[in-house]
Amino acid sequence: MALSRRLTMSDSGFVFDPVTGNSSTVNHIGLAILRQLRQDSDVKRAVAVLQQDFDVASFVAERDVIEFTSMLRNQFR
Amino acid sequence: MTAGATVTVAVTGMNALPDNPGPGVAVARCLREAYGDRVRIVGLSYDALDPGLYLHEYCDAAHLLSYPRNGAAAMLARLTEIHATEQIDVLIPCLDSELPAMVDLAPTLLEMGIRTFLPDAEQLERRAKDRLPELSEIAGVLCPQIRRLTSPGFFETCEQDGWDYPMVVKGVFYDAKVVHNPDEAATAFHMISSQWGLPVIAQRYIAGEECNLTAVGDGKGNLLGEVMMKKRAITAKGKAWVGTAIHDDVLAATARQLVAAINWKGPLEVEVMRDVKGEYHLIEINPRFPAWVYLSHGVGRNLPALLLELALGHEAPELSPPQPGVMFIRYAQETIVPLAAFEALMIDGKRTQSYEG
Repeated sequence: MALSRRLTMSDSGFVFDPVTGNSSTVNHIGLAILRQLRQDSDVKRAVAVLQQDFDVASFVAERDVIEFTSMLRNQFR
Repeated sequence: MTAGATVTVAVTGMNALPDNPGPGVAVARCLREAYGDRVRIVGLSYDALDPGLYLHEYCDAAHLLSYPRNGAAAMLARLTEIHATEQIDVLIPCLDSELPAMVDLAPTLLEMGIRTFLPDAEQLERRAKDRLPELSEIAGVLCPQIRRLTSPGFFETCEQDGWDYPMVVKGVFYDAKVVHNPDEAATAFHMISSQWGLPVIAQRYIAGEECNLTAVGDGKGNLLGEVMMKKRAITAKGKAWVGTAIHDDVLAATARQLVAAINWKGPLEVEVMRDVKGEYHLIEINPRFPAWVYLSHGVGRNLPALLLELALGHEAPELSPPQPGVMFIRYAQETIVPLAAFEALMIDGKRTQSYEG
């Protein structure tokens, strides 16, 4: 996901887009998804990492990743 | 600037009004930050109540000018008087409305010993609001369609010609109103034409986010020191109150194309709308620094200082890389003015004595 590589983020969950100047905050789960997508843009692998790290069912992790990436696109388009 | 040398720089546009400030104070502040006491700043303005004239930390002296509507001859006569007192080395005009006269006067000013770094009359004309689509086509940049209007009748029938509301109604020098119906459009037309004259310009509305870029054109087709800003909060007049430095290579490339197309010389502000697809549409090119130019100092790219070096015939200094995320927040404060300072500007049109506010 090209957008996640563009964004800068800090441990506090503050996210900034240097291209649009928009900023937002994310919680620790959102931060984990962003960091994973920044390393590896494959959404399926992000779901697997989230499922493992947060000990949730696969469908829950998948729903969270899809919802979160959709929200990100709206916020930072 | 040579170490130890002092340069006298005259800066116009000291009308630092809280909701719609002129750029002069920000330019003076940038110069003071860059050079300290090695620059002597002469503030120039048109009204004895313009706040910048009394900010002694930025203006070592202050003078009133003849309004641009009085013509270039009156402007020259007044600048000649001021030059006799102040021995100006460089003049930085900061207002759109005075640029045509200043550009005409630039060769005469140079003979008097006053340097400028300005476009020529043709370059100035080619970035005018009513010629933007023409320039954009040459530069390969998107730009909304415009119409030059001399009467408000257009707004009654425009929808039949495919001009849907909302649209933007603009003055040739200043002011822009987004209008949503013929009544609002006619009101905006009359208000803007009474203040700024004809023609009034109708521009198609682009939905998106406004981004601005300021830089200096070197007159050889190169764009120097671009600083980009996204407004985060605005005043009732739509001026930036909070802004964030951004950086987008696409926007920088857009500005480079525009500057190269006219070999722009001098400061400029490029105003664009970024649409939902992330494409930039050119809205305006202002032939001067914007009021938010102090941000350029904040991101290590002090553009007024860069301009001063170029005006003095020096090489452009090295600039820091862009620093997206740096913000400015504008605020209003009072300055204390002795009656004698106000009296001097009212009676003599000048304040040459320094004072502590």
